[in-house]
Amino acid sequence: MSFPLCTDLEEPLVNPPSDPTTPSETEISRRTFVKAASLLSAAAVTGIPHLASAEDMQAAAATAPHTMDLTLKVNGKSYSLVALDTRTSLLDALREHLDLTGSKKGCDHGQCGACTVLVDGHRVNSCLTLAAVVNGAEITTIEGLAHGDTLSPIQEAFLEHDAFQCGYCTPGQICSATALLEEHKHNTLSTVSFETGNLTAPELTDNEIRERMSGNICRCAAYPNIVAAVRAVAKGARA
Amino acid sequence: MNPFSYQRPANPNAAIHAVSVHGAKFLGGGTNLVDLMRSGVENPTTLIDVNHLHLTEVTRAANGVTTLGASVRNTDLANHEIIRTHYPLLSQALLSGATTQLRNMATTAGNLLQRTRCYYFMDTAFPACNKRNPGSGCAAIEGFNRIHAILGASESCIATNPSDMNVALAALNATIHVEGPGGKRTIAFQDFHLLPGSTPHIETSLRPGELITAVELPPAKFAKNSWYLKVRDRQSYAFALVSVAAGLELEGNTIKSAGLALGGVALKPWRSLDAEKSLIGATPNTEAFKKAADLALAGAKPREHNAFKIELAKQSIVRALTLAAKGAQA
Repeated sequence: MSFPLCTDLEEPLVNPPSDPTTPSETEISRRTFVKAASLLSAAAVTGIPHLASAEDMQAAAATAPHTMDLTLKVNGKSYSLVALDTRTSLLDALREHLDLTGSKKGCDHGQCGACTVLVDGHRVNSCLTLAAVVNGAEITTIEGLAHGDTLSPIQEAFLEHDAFQCGYCTPGQICSATALLEEHKHNTLSTVSFETGNLTAPELTDNEIRERMSGNICRCAAYPNIVAAVRAVAKGARA
Repeated sequence: MNPFSYQRPANPNAAIHAVSVHGAKFLGGGTNLVDLMRSGVENPTTLIDVNHLHLTEVTRAANGVTTLGASVRNTDLANHEIIRTHYPLLSQALLSGATTQLRNMATTAGNLLQRTRCYYFMDTAFPACNKRNPGSGCAAIEGFNRIHAILGASESCIATNPSDMNVALAALNATIHVEGPGGKRTIAFQDFHLLPGSTPHIETSLRPGELITAVELPPAKFAKNSWYLKVRDRQSYAFALVSVAAGLELEGNTIKSAGLALGGVALKPWRSLDAEKSLIGATPNTEAFKKAADLALAGAKPREHNAFKIELAKQSIVRALTLAAKGAQA
């Protein structure tokens, strides 16, 4: 018996983008848009009470566009998204619009870390990040960590230490660990640093690694091997 | 999630004007607001992104007064040299909350305005919540209220404030700077978050359209002797059952001044002025700390599932003050 490829499996399993927007909600005539936009910008310049009544402002809110054009720079490549629903999260933009399905949707509430990506070098939960907010920012996903066929040190270490079982949380774990090592170079603190009293240049002990990786949940509980993988790269980096 | 329009103003004035649109809300890091929008608790018509207002500085004046910009990320604030050196209590509290991913997104002002994590508020399947639907009742009072308030609650609401940062800011006696249609003003930290009373849907003393621009800290007194203790169901990435921000200013073997606030026990960060006063002039020992703990919990009223919080809070206060006195982080 042969198993379908992950990529084949993924397509039908993927949820449709949350809140599909009906055309009637997004189709705004140019005239209404200009009227709403000029009301808003006029108000911004001169002060609302003088120029626009509360009713006008309500009307402006009701007709303001719910879509926008934006540019996402992902793994060094620029993508233009036209008339994107403002509700679109960075995660959905990556997966549903750019076909970058490496970042995973676990909880969609910022509780599991499967969606972790780097924005301007900082790890964030892409499920709670609106695409509109990162318009123009530099985004790195799991697809952007390797150089061609050469895996990044953390990717190598995850293989070496068998730091996963089902693999669903792994892209988030690897993005998170990549940022962790970078943060550590800048001597950032964690709550564990206060307990050890090493507040100048905290050493990456196992407890420090566990605390700093606590935003990435692994349902298969590969935690000991994840810690081992991060520890191995941290030791190598310091050597 | 309901449709909304998105704006990115470039200065505070433009943001204040933009937010006067019906149903508009400011967007900081989005870690709380976007989540609540997805679950239907929040339904703004317009999001005003306030991350580009140039409010990202942390500065310390010659007199020691320190100003924290409203849009500084929690990670940056916790690791800022000024905060690490002069206000380690704030660093420790910030780092006790959430995860690196969330702290990289969350802002100072957004953290101040975090909404409660009461299950009955967070889940729109429960019709009764006086915060979500004023007048609908409180499902928590007769419900599973293990995480709920023991101080300052009312028959309308027994929710708690979930922030760790707020507890440290209460103990540090911060001041909040705001700008709005009526101009600029400051709000003492104690007056910023409101107790529920009969209007739990009104959570802060911000007036309509007001924007938080900065948080100001008085000159540091507890840099050498402070501790943030957070007690929770798991060791990381969980909200506090009880937390304590403790700061001591010591002169020899005498307490010259103290800052003491509790998290996880009330709808606002619970600063106890009585407990702080009782510590002034005392020798830093268990007896003095126990007395302060009793004073801080005076008037505590447990519900069916959270009576344990009273003793837990008292013991946590003694432990936090003991660790602060030891100067564990000096």
